[in-house]
Amino acid sequence: MRGAARLLVATLGLALAAALTRAIGELPAERPSQAVDLRPQVVAHLDQTGVSHPVTAVLLDYRGYDTLLEVAVLALALIALLVLAGARDARLCAPAGSPLLVSLARGLVPVVVLTGGYLLWAGAHRPGGAFQAAAVLAAGAVLLQLAGLMPAWASPGRWLRLGLMLGFGVFLGVAYGLLGRGALLDYPPQWAGALILLIETGLTLSLGLTLAGLFLFLTERRGRP
Amino acid sequence: MSTGLVFAHAGAVLFVLGLAGGLVLGHLLRRILALNVMGSGAFLVLVGLAQSDGQPDPVPQAMVLTGIVVAVAATALALGLARAFHARTGRTRLDGGEE
Repeated sequence: MRGAARLLVATLGLALAAALTRAIGELPAERPSQAVDLRPQVVAHLDQTGVSHPVTAVLLDYRGYDTLLEVAVLALALIALLVLAGARDARLCAPAGSPLLVSLARGLVPVVVLTGGYLLWAGAHRPGGAFQAAAVLAAGAVLLQLAGLMPAWASPGRWLRLGLMLGFGVFLGVAYGLLGRGALLDYPPQWAGALILLIETGLTLSLGLTLAGLFLFLTERRGRP
Repeated sequence: MSTGLVFAHAGAVLFVLGLAGGLVLGHLLRRILALNVMGSGAFLVLVGLAQSDGQPDPVPQAMVLTGIVVAVAATALALGLARAFHARTGRTRLDGGEE
């Protein structure tokens, strides 16, 4: 019975994979003439966005509201995790890792912070930006926790809550402040670069804390007293 | 075949692998991983098809970047749910079958 089900799934999967790859292979190599090509439009208005990297321009200017809602989704996921984890009384520290891991973490984390700052700054003109910087910072926090150098997080206190929501708050505040211009997140061209940097700085801090929190709020000590 | 099309084909295969894994595997952790494989396949198709003529298109790239972050959040939530399920019932699969 079980074997038959697996065989059925494997057969259907192979058929689906064949159909999908064939469909991709049959796509025309040239874009159809009536297709909308967004690339020239992105490039044409790049000088009004305040940044010179097209992906950052799409993320924070053209489609800024997508990013705004994405940050809200992340905050919601973290809140849901906190509800699941329940209240815990004490801050837990992992048992000290191996000496190698500890010294590796001590050496790497300053570099991680530096890399995060660089990625945040580089996002304006080359691949990088708030999300990449936040992921790097969160990885540094997870490394510190695994090495036993930093305790896992209990339920967040006032400052941690502030930090977690700061980026979303700044983003929402900027969006609210610019509502008078008639469209959501329509930056004035002369302020666009500074506003995007402000939003990205807040996002780096908050998303770094959020992504780290997705790990650190779930950590619990097992076995050892 | 351009690099972008190779990415798109690999993405389609990854998607199907993840789908089959999600259907066949019972362990919740494996199902969450299978869902992630599916998501990565979809991202690869989006990014690969958008650069099939050799030039990257920033719009799908930004959308995929958004998608990756949301997928991370969803995975963390799924892991939290799976752990809460295990803490309450002691089981690691939904159908209650043997490990």
